[in-house]
Amino acid sequence: MTDPRQPIAWRHVAYLLLSLTMVAAPHVFYLRWWTIALVSALIAWRAYLGYARLALPSRWLLILVALGATLGVFISYRTIFGRDAGVALLVVMLGLKFLETRTLRDATLLIFLGYFLVITNFLRDQTIPTGFYMLACTLVITATMISLHYARAEPAFRVQLRMAGVLLAQSVPLMLVLFLLFPRVPGPLWGMPQDTFAGTSGLSDTMTPGSLSKLTLSDAVAFRVKFESSLPRRRHLYWRGPVMWDFDGRTWSVARFFYNTPLPKTEGEAVSYEVTLEPHNRRWMFALDIPGKVPPLAFISGDFQIYANQPVKNRVRYDMLSYLNASYGVSENRFALRRALNLPAGTNPRALELARSLREKHADDLPLVEAVLRMFRDQNFFYTLEPPLLGDHPVDEFLFKTRAGFCEHFASAFAVLMRGAGIPARIVTGYQGGDMNEFGNYLIVRQAEAHAWVEIWLRDRGWVRVDPTSVVSPLRVDSGISAAVPATDPLPFMVRGDIEWLRRLRLSWDFMANSWNQWVLGYTPERQRWLLGSVGIDNATWQKLTAILFFLAGVIVATLTALALRQLRRRVRDPVNAAYLRFCDKLRRKGLSRDPTEGPVDYARRVEGSRPDLKPAVAAITRLYVALRYGTERGTEALMDLQRRVRQFSA
Amino acid sequence: MYGVLKNRLYTWLFQPRGRDRGAIVLVQRRVFILPTRQGLLFALVLLLMLTGSINYTLGLGFVLTFLLGALGVNAMIHTWRNLANLRVTGGRAQPVFAGDAAQFTVHLENGGDTDRYAIGLTRNRNNATFADVPARATVAAGIGIPAPRRGILRPGRLTLFTRFPLGLYYAWAYLELDIQCLVYPRPAFPGLPLPPALASAGAGAERGRGQEDFSGMRQYHVGDSLRHIAWKAAARDQGLLTKLFSGQSETELWLDWTQLPAQMGVEERLSHLARWVLDAHAAGLSFGLRLPGETVDLAGGAAQRERCLEVLALFESGK
Repeated sequence: MTDPRQPIAWRHVAYLLLSLTMVAAPHVFYLRWWTIALVSALIAWRAYLGYARLALPSRWLLILVALGATLGVFISYRTIFGRDAGVALLVVMLGLKFLETRTLRDATLLIFLGYFLVITNFLRDQTIPTGFYMLACTLVITATMISLHYARAEPAFRVQLRMAGVLLAQSVPLMLVLFLLFPRVPGPLWGMPQDTFAGTSGLSDTMTPGSLSKLTLSDAVAFRVKFESSLPRRRHLYWRGPVMWDFDGRTWSVARFFYNTPLPKTEGEAVSYEVTLEPHNRRWMFALDIPGKVPPLAFISGDFQIYANQPVKNRVRYDMLSYLNASYGVSENRFALRRALNLPAGTNPRALELARSLREKHADDLPLVEAVLRMFRDQNFFYTLEPPLLGDHPVDEFLFKTRAGFCEHFASAFAVLMRGAGIPARIVTGYQGGDMNEFGNYLIVRQAEAHAWVEIWLRDRGWVRVDPTSVVSPLRVDSGISAAVPATDPLPFMVRGDIEWLRRLRLSWDFMANSWNQWVLGYTPERQRWLLGSVGIDNATWQKLTAILFFLAGVIVATLTALALRQLRRRVRDPVNAAYLRFCDKLRRKGLSRDPTEGPVDYARRVEGSRPDLKPAVAAITRLYVALRYGTERGTEALMDLQRRVRQFSA
Repeated sequence: MYGVLKNRLYTWLFQPRGRDRGAIVLVQRRVFILPTRQGLLFALVLLLMLTGSINYTLGLGFVLTFLLGALGVNAMIHTWRNLANLRVTGGRAQPVFAGDAAQFTVHLENGGDTDRYAIGLTRNRNNATFADVPARATVAAGIGIPAPRRGILRPGRLTLFTRFPLGLYYAWAYLELDIQCLVYPRPAFPGLPLPPALASAGAGAERGRGQEDFSGMRQYHVGDSLRHIAWKAAARDQGLLTKLFSGQSETELWLDWTQLPAQMGVEERLSHLARWVLDAHAAGLSFGLRLPGETVDLAGGAAQRERCLEVLALFESGK
């Protein structure tokens, strides 16, 4: 069947059904129920019609269904563009096209739609398992495409699968060349739909009791860090994120404007490292306290938050530099300091009362801080992932009633007490710690390691980090969160490290995932330039790239063609025949080619007629050949004689 | 002007080389290849996928797009390979009557180690016959070509093509095979009654060549009717023997051009003579044929029938 207008067989409908169901299956988790029901109904209808060999429905009915489905998508998603609505529409149209598939041309169109549907899966998920599953889908689709083009007897589907496998495997070298060398353009080309990054987790610009502990339930990777210098001690791994100044009695939030430029006074060696940040759809970029430089396309605020110019919607890689010992903010703006003392009136009265009484006892700031920390340490405060719910005065309730909390409770209470006692304080959120992956020698920082601490401002010393959590639960900072929380708390599986082999397994898996991210998903224009630079092609313009690309593609195509040709060439296995053909070939080059219908004796006679000088050699070769091929001569000596004579023969 | 240029281009591209004697091997320069409409659509889909991958920075999208792009290139090699190095020879074609379709046979020999599928043979792209040629095998592909007029029919230029395996490309080769088919004149219907037979002059020579009563056996000669072969004897390994019957062989029948009505044209006469030849053969008669400038001697059997029809087919055709 190779005429595009030819109707397709029921068998092909079944193959198409199989491949398209495979491709569309991962979307089931995201589609609305009515879309799934509609498409299943359409597919079942088509399968029944094909099986019972009934006529397909009229075009008008299908157009009506298509219009209805479009309306449904619009009502469900409030748009027909964007990722989710687009995929829903594509899946519905695929089901409808199925009901219209009569000919080979329709089937081919379905196959192309199937390939396209493969790529929509990558909008949600580009992990290694998805990659392999989609490769399997591509294989099945290609096999279906092959099955459409047999003319007569069609071998079993498994033969077509194998052929598709061979075709795809042979395409891999050219694919690699294209992948590495195709001139990359940084995306996006046009605005990305807003819904593309709905549901990505990460730190937010506000902090309420419970917001961080909720984040701790996620074992999603926040970022990975590769250190160029040696790994700092774990207690120094404070990854700085959003800094919060404003408190409304319950919620801390990020300041909307900034006072000055950061001017740190640095001491000691800088730590340099490379961060690969997962997309979180916010603008923060994370660095160790305190960052010593600003990555490209970003800026730094007066309180050392690094902001990307655009929300981070793709995995980004940046080189960073941090000073672990630095003092900053000694000459802080007084408006900023006043702001860092603000407390809303009428909330948390008991905490303010406590702060005032502490201030009466301690005239100096440092003893006061010591006293508060001592209170946390000695008075039966408890660190847990599942703190009790808090009411209208959360700090009061925490300090005097529940006494069980996560880092945000301690940080918030500490900051309120400091402000109440007249010490400027602000909350810093971010991550603390990280999981060293010895396979790839990099640090994994997960959402579960989200943390909050406090910075207080002391005259002559500037902003000083105080982590009240570390007082309550020293293990949190020294060993990580899994050691610090009770075993009954619901920590994500990946964060717990109880079983050694499991830990090693997940670390090696993360190593693969990271390499995948770095090289397959994160193969950006910059990385392409870096790679080319490392093989000696500096400042590669796209013209240069295209030239290299075409050259390599040409080499690959030529090799494949040569391999294909070698399989086609008739191989002469019979040595007698081979020798004689070589003899004929020598004569052909002198313009004495043998007619296809001419026997060896007649040929010899003709050759002898036109070249009498060759007569003895030609006669001997012909006689030997005839004797070996048609006569009774079977000896190896005669064969060797023939081969020798042919070798020596020259016309 | 345009026509001339087009002709030039055509000559340069396809290098028509007249009829090929013997076998044609489809060497590289004989096989042409172009993308089909589906192939162009595939390219468009890939372009869309590439744009999407760039826009959403889909690393795996790039992988898939480039894999399919490479597959498209690879499919070209495979489609071309499906045809390349095929050895094509023309087969014999059985004579037909004018108005019927001549069945030409083309033998496709695959000397290589890979199976070839879905190779089509066509004359005008409207209808084609397909054949699969397994590795190291020879397969006959038949093509029916209408034979409107008596004489020698040549199929002209045939096209051997394939779209296998993905349908993205159309590879083809032109075949100018030295094959021909004899086209007999269409027998008139209804025909005139057979002319009267003469009593045999030399009855002795023709004894035993009738069809009625079995009279013995003799060695098979080429041209004897297959219906009269003693198959049982052949099965007993006695060689091919022809059963002899005694009967009407005493009559001799001359089918003569001049016996036909004078107002008939040449083609009409030939058509009536063809009808007579068939009728005479069917009746088991021994007959001869007289045409202006040509005579076929008296004889019977299938060979005589074919000889006479051939003479009629080629009458005044310059051969």
